[in-house]
Order: sequence, then C-alpha cells, then structure tokens
Amino acid sequence: MSESKTADLTSVAMTPRRNSRMGDTLAYWMPKLVLSPTLIIVLVFFYGFILWTGYLSFTNSRMLPSYDLVGWANYVRLFNNERWFVSLRNLAVYSVLFIVICLAIGLSLAILLDQKIRAEGALRTIYLYPMALSFIVTGTVWKWMLNPQVGIEQFVRGLGWETFRFDWLVDPNFSIYTIVVAAVWQSSGFVMALFLAGLRGVDDSIIKAAQIDGASRFMIYTRIIIPSLRPVFFSAFVMLAHIAIKSFDLALALTGGGPGVSSDLPAIFMYQMSFTRNQMGLGAASAMIMLLTVVAILVPYLYSELRTKKHEH
Amino acid sequence: MNFRKSMLTVALTSSVAFTAQAGEVEVLHWWTSGGEAAAVSVLKSMVEKEGHTWKDFAVAGGGGENTMTVLRARAVSGNPPSSAQIKGLEIHEWADLGFLSSLNDVAEAEGWKDFLPEMVSNIMQFDGEFVAVPVNVHRVNWMWANPAAFEKAGVELPTSLDELWAAADKLKAAGIIPIAHGGQAWQDATTFESIALSLGGPEFFVKAFVEHDPAALQSDTMIEAFEQFRKVRDYLDPGFPGREWNIATSMVIRGDAAMQFMGDWAKGEFSAANMQPGTDYLCLPFPGTDDMFTFNIDSLAMFKQRSAENVAAQNTMARLVLSPEFQETFNMNKGSIPVRLDQDMSGFDACAQASMDTFKSTSASGEGLVPSMAHGMSTTSAVQGAIYDVTTTFFNSSMTAQEATRQLASAIRAAQ
Amino acid sequence: MNTNPNRRYADITGRALLYAVLGIMAIYYLLPLALMIVTSFRSMDEIRMGQLIDWPTQLNLDAWRIAWSEAQIGARSERGLQPYFINSMLITLPAVAISTLMGAVNGYVLSFWRFRGSNLFFGLLLFGCFLPFQAILLPHANVLGRMGISGSIAGLIFTHVVYGLAFTTLFFRNYYVTLPGELIKAAQLDGAGFWRIFWRIILPLSTPILTVCVIWQFTQVWNDFLFGVTFSDPSSQPVTVGLNNLVNSSTGERRYNVDMAGAIIAALPTLLVYVIAGKYFVRGLTAGSVKG
Repeated sequence: MSESKTADLTSVAMTPRRNSRMGDTLAYWMPKLVLSPTLIIVLVFFYGFILWTGYLSFTNSRMLPSYDLVGWANYVRLFNNERWFVSLRNLAVYSVLFIVICLAIGLSLAILLDQKIRAEGALRTIYLYPMALSFIVTGTVWKWMLNPQVGIEQFVRGLGWETFRFDWLVDPNFSIYTIVVAAVWQSSGFVMALFLAGLRGVDDSIIKAAQIDGASRFMIYTRIIIPSLRPVFFSAFVMLAHIAIKSFDLALALTGGGPGVSSDLPAIFMYQMSFTRNQMGLGAASAMIMLLTVVAILVPYLYSELRTKKHEH
Repeated sequence: MNFRKSMLTVALTSSVAFTAQAGEVEVLHWWTSGGEAAAVSVLKSMVEKEGHTWKDFAVAGGGGENTMTVLRARAVSGNPPSSAQIKGLEIHEWADLGFLSSLNDVAEAEGWKDFLPEMVSNIMQFDGEFVAVPVNVHRVNWMWANPAAFEKAGVELPTSLDELWAAADKLKAAGIIPIAHGGQAWQDATTFESIALSLGGPEFFVKAFVEHDPAALQSDTMIEAFEQFRKVRDYLDPGFPGREWNIATSMVIRGDAAMQFMGDWAKGEFSAANMQPGTDYLCLPFPGTDDMFTFNIDSLAMFKQRSAENVAAQNTMARLVLSPEFQETFNMNKGSIPVRLDQDMSGFDACAQASMDTFKSTSASGEGLVPSMAHGMSTTSAVQGAIYDVTTTFFNSSMTAQEATRQLASAIRAAQ
Repeated sequence: MNTNPNRRYADITGRALLYAVLGIMAIYYLLPLALMIVTSFRSMDEIRMGQLIDWPTQLNLDAWRIAWSEAQIGARSERGLQPYFINSMLITLPAVAISTLMGAVNGYVLSFWRFRGSNLFFGLLLFGCFLPFQAILLPHANVLGRMGISGSIAGLIFTHVVYGLAFTTLFFRNYYVTLPGELIKAAQLDGAGFWRIFWRIILPLSTPILTVCVIWQFTQVWNDFLFGVTFSDPSSQPVTVGLNNLVNSSTGERRYNVDMAGAIIAALPTLLVYVIAGKYFVRGLTAGSVKG
C-alpha cells in the first residue's frame, strides 16, 4: 500500500538468479524442500482420508468400516431421509447469516475501535474472550438466557413490558436463528481482531494524501481502506466458513438439534449416523455430499482469489 | 487398509486363563459425576483390593455417545480397552465382530444363571457365551409426583391414561404445570414408549419395538399412542424444548409442576434436595403400567486381551460386579436396583423396593418385563435412532398421528 | 483543527455515540460470562429451589474449589480438573509452536518463492480447511495406531499440527502478500539466503499476524474436544474432556455452580493469551509503520 505499489514486482515472485553456483541449486530446491512435509500431510491426511470416506460411502459399513460394496444404496437412503434435507437447509441458512453478520460486526467493531478509543485494550479483550470458552458449558448458559421462562423474555417482562416475546429457542421455525446468535457471539470478536490487524497495516501516507485531497472520512474508508483489506476478508471468510460447516458442539449444547429435528445440522447428522447409530456407510455418504457442496460453493471463490498472482501493493 | 482383520488376529492370540497374578483392567465408561462416579469408585476399590490395577477411562456425554466414538477409535487403532460400558444389542454387534471374550468360566463358577432373570442373561450372552456382565437395572416407566401439588388441586393420583388427562386438566386449572418435561429426543421417546406400553400392553410393545412387526407398527393402537402422546403437549409449560431432565425434576421438587415421567435415576435429584420418598415425593408406575417393568440395564462388556494377567483381572472384575456387596452399594448410589433376583433389599428405599417387587414378579411370570426402546435395550441403535427422529419430529410439529405411524414404519424399515 | 463550534459539537456527539455503541456491544459479549460467574457463586440449593438465573444470596466459593481439586470425576484417583489442565498445557504449547512456525515458513515460500504448482498446492491446502473432522476420525485413529502414538500426548500434538496447518499457512500467506517485494529483492542483492531473509527480515515484520495466528491456534487446540476425546487415553485427556466429564452426567444429578466454575477455570489460559496478545496488537501497529 505504499510507494512500493508503483514498483515493478514481476521479478519478485522470484526464482533465484540463474547462475550455476552450488548454493543456488540448494536455494532452488529449498522452497520445495520446506513445503514437502506439508505436502505429505495434505496428501495423506486430507485427500487420502477423503478417498477412504468416499469408498466407505459405497459400502455397507455399520458399526466399524467394512469393505463390501453396495453401490449407491447409501446415497439413495440419504436422499430419502427427511432429516438430512432439514439439516442441509439449516446449514445454508445458518452459514450465510453467520458469515455475513460476523463480517459486518467484526469490521464495524474494528473500525470503531480504530478511532483512538480509550480503554481499547479492555474492549478488545471483551469482544475477543467468547472464543476462549468452550461450548460444553456456554451452551447451557445460552440455553438459559434464550429460554422464554427463565431468560431474556422473563427479564424484559419483569421490567414491565408484559407482552415481550423472545421464544426462538422453543419455536421449531426459529430455533436455527438462536444458533446464529450464539455463534456470532463466539466468533465475531476474532473477526474483529483480524480486521484490526489489517487496519493497522494500512499505510498512513495514502490516507494522509487522500485527506489533503479533501476526501471525507467515509470516502477514505469505503474507497481506500476497506478495499485494501481484501486478503483479510478472504482469511475471515475461510475461517468463518470452516466454523460454520463444522458447527457441532454449539448446536448440540444449545438445542440438541431440536425442537424435534428443526435445528439439525449436517455435522450432527454425520456424527450420529457414523458413531452412535451404527450406519457408518450412510454417515460417509453424508460427509461426501457435504464436501461436494463445499467444493461447488467455495472453489470458484478460492480460485478467483488465488488467481491474483502478484503482490497486490 | 484392512485394519479390522489385522487387528483381530492380534486380539485373538489372547488366551483365557485363571491366574492369581496382578493384571490391569482399563474400564471405558460414562459414569463420570455425582452419584455415578461414587458408585463406580466402589468397584474400583474392590478390584484393587484383589490386587489388580484399575485404569479409569471415563468419557461422558449424551448417554454414552462420546464413549462409543472413543471405543470405535480404540478398536481401529488396534488397542481396545479391556472393558467398556456397552448396552443392549450393541453387545451382540461387538461380539459378532469377534472382539469380546467369554466369561463362561466365571459365570459357571458363580452360578450367574441361577440368580439372573433369563431376559437379562440373554442380552449378556452371544452364541451361548457370556460376553458382558450386567451392573444394574433401571426401571424407566416411573411417574414422579409432588403430593403437595396434587393436594392443592384436589385431585387423586392417576392410575390410568384417562385419569391422567382428567387430573392434568384440574392441575392446569389450579395454576400448576401438570407435567414437567424436557423436550429432548430421548425424553420424548421415554414418554412415548410408556404411553405405548400403557395402551397396548407388553405384547404390543414387544411386537412394535423389539420385533418391528409391520402390522403392529401400523396398527390403530400405534395411531392411538401417537394421539395420546400429542395430548402431553397440552399440559406442558412453553419452555420445555431442549430442557434437561434434571431441570424438569427440579420443577416437580419446587412444586411448580405436579409430575414427571422419567426413569428411577430421577430419585438422585430428589435425594440431593433432601426429600423423602413417600412423603415429600411419590414414585408411581406410569399410569396404566402397574404390573409392567420397562428395563434399562447398564453392563460392562469384556474385550479380548493379550496377557493372561489382564484376563485374570477381567474375570475378577466380572465376579465382583455381580457380588451382592457391590450390587448393594452401587445401586444405592445410583438409584437403580440390583440385577440379582436373590438380593436382600432391606437397606433400600421404598421406591427401590417397589421396583424390585415388580422386577421379580414380572421376570417370574415372564409377562410385563419389557426392554426399553428409548434407552437402547430393545433394538439396534440404527432403529432406535429412526424411532427417535419420528417421535420427536411428531411431538414438535403438527404432523397427524396417521402420518407419524406411516413414517415410523418406513423409517424403521430403512434403518434395519 | 476544530475552529467551527458546530463542527466541534458534532464531533462530541459522534464520540458519545461511538462509545455508546461500543459499550452496548460489550454488554452483549459480557452477558453470558457474567451469568456464569454469578451462577458459580450460588449454592445448588438456591439454584434448585429458586430461579435458574438469580443473584447469589451469599458469596459461595465452594463450587470453584470443587471444580479445581475436589470433584470426583469417574473413578480417577486424582480429583478435579487439575490433572487434565496439565495435559492440555503439554498438548497445546508444542502444537501451537510447531504449527505456527510451519505456517510461517509455508506462507513465506508461497508468497515470495513461488514455483510452478505452488498455487495449486495452496489451493489443495485451503480446501483442507473444510474437511469435516467427524469424517476422518477413524482413519486417523488407525494411522496413529500404526505410527505407535495412539492415545499419547505426542499423538494429539501431531493431530493438531496436521489439521492446524491449513489455517496457519493461510494466515501467513495472506499477510505476506501484502508486504512489498523489494524487501526481499534488496536482501538478495546483498547476498542473503532463503533462511536468513526469513529470520532477519520477514519474521520481525510478522508480529500482527503472529498474534492473530497464535490466538487462533491456541484457541482451537485448547478448546478442541473432538480430537481430544477420540485420540486420548486416560493419561492424556485434555481439559475439555475433563470438563465434559465433570458436567455431563447421564443419570447423575447436576451441579450447575460447579459446571460454571469449571468452565471458567478451563478457559483461563485462553483468556490470559487474549489479554497478553492484545498488547502485541498495539506493538504490531508500530512494527507496521516501519515497513514499506
């Protein structure tokens, strides 16, 4: 974001200069050597296991993995299971709301905190701390707060607003939103931290130049600062999508997937089928569908981000 | 990656032998807190007194869900624990895969078949071999009542479903929440199975939840069971969904609610609140299930071991689990009743004694003793899960009883 | 600057509004913790006989003592959360250090030493972020068994490094692409090599992202339950498993005050990291102004 912007960077994504000293051969191989442990991990622990899960989804595995192929039977059963559709729809609603709200709150809080606020340290810690608490117990607290008879509804009514209603937790049509509320509470602080780190990396000279040109504060933010945070948006998005897809403890602790199965999520479905209901084949099939959905939605975004090859600034 | 086979060959090399040498038992269980932890500590000290070591592997959560994940992970890494808390038909599934070791030597020496009800020893055996040892018996079809609440509303304690709804109406009119309920799938299923038992009797119960007879599953009785189950909704407070069972119990303890349908573990909450059975709170069979007993048995299955010392430790533990001393202390701590029909019950409270009387009479006559569906005793976990999904969806939606019955039958078929 | 009184007036209202918004948000974030602290000071009799949410009638510290060192968890001989706590430390510190360092080096290569296929590699790695962990538990257990580290602290460290790498790499790579390329070019002309550039130039500029990465990894590893429960044995169970064992009992009575105290105790190290890390954000600000 500085004078470097104008510099010619084509030679930066560099391979070492081509002269034939020995040190340079090593230098040529060093980056690849450094990445190789990670490469092995990725191939075995990510893609090897995905292949294994894919194979299992075509078997009649029940309590433990078995290798008797049964064709598409598990997928047929999966798509005849109404609970699965409920959980997929919930995942869509939940992840969109969760990601959008977290990004919005996280960015706003970071900008507000960046206004030379007193007690910034304390506020920052307050916004960040929910990440520290595991949902094994915070789920219970949220359950109490959201329960219409002991929590917020009761409290507000006690203040005199007798007709106040906040009973999402016990309403099958709204229960999924309570998971959004609790999840945003937990993760938005971290997004704030990411954006704050990003804001602090923005070069002051450009902002000063814009101020001299008479740009308003709003313009500086929308035209200069926020666009420069693009890599931060990307990190935050990947992180939030990761949390959303894996949301599991939270939903189990808060609603247990209920009332009924109204707030069920694919991760819960998969875990139950694989480990407590002895339908591992079905569980593997649901994992594959989840992965494919993720591929379909995320890969275009990842691709477009990664195509930006050069150093951007 | 055929790890199951390679792991089995390792496990199979174990030899069964009785030696007095000190071995180790690693026990995977989910009795982690409160009275349960105290109860299992008793077994630990008894095993240690016999010279063996106890490696405690406790993993709590959701009625053993996490424990089952851990057990599978340990099994595929080739290193199953020597003993694990496994229930009902799941015991047979593990035995079928060749993981479990036989306890027949101990069983014969101790005469297990003489004092265990046949129904119970059938669950513990696979191919004629004892592979697990029962620890306790919970009765599920209980109704816990606050007598003060009933008195306030001026109603008698219900003994049939009709009386239940009549009493519930009056309680509601008197401003008391008639039924304390926690809207979680297993609690919904617990209430539903009691209603089905009350309406259809043990024979219907077994046909539907053990044999999964399509005629029984789609019968008018099942439709009626769903209709009656729906009625429960009229007598709950709006905050019921997701509530834990013990919060529901504390509603009865405080007198905010009049009754709760829950297994005998609820007793622990009443005791913790210093309430006396018979005066401060009442334990009654679920209306219309007087001479019936829905059982939920905890058991420890034994996994094949490599070293003879560890096998000896396993056998010692199995023997101790069924000893009258352990049965008494464990069950007094946990609220359940001993699994031995010849147990002296004089030290137990009135509820446990009543429970034991029904347990004895039903297992003697062979009628009325039924395995709990809601607690994984009657069917495979796949089918149980399918029934959970249908009952809890029905209870929390406006689905008709006919539709629920149809879905129940098809979900069970799909899961089998 | 504010010569115009109207403008100054608007600024003051703006500031007031700013603080109001920040304050309201702070309440939203603090409410659950406040409720936990309040509940941890109440006695079980108060909770059972009164309202679930209420003020304590007296300050009762029993729950904290019970959770830390007195509660009988299962049939273990050590009591309370104490022993689990130590396990978590032994797992988290190495796992965070290794995965962060590897992430930094990976990010450095992926942004400054690109080669054919390095973008493909990054894409493959990124996609790993979305792997549902529930699906890989059994094959991973099998591999850990084959490596001879199943059930051990080393096994858990390895697991957390493996599944943390995608994120740590992402963080560093995305931070390093915003650094100007001449930094490296100049250093190369001065004859500095791969590692020298990394240690002397890149790493010192990495404070803000190191902070973010350590916060993330520490939180992920410390709060992890799924791996901790599945791949541990009695001697290596982390604190989340201990907490779960303390609070989740199937048919036993529950002690909410102890649950709450236990949850706060289990979260203390992460809270501490956040307080300390906050300071380094500010230092990162000064470091950031140097660059470019």
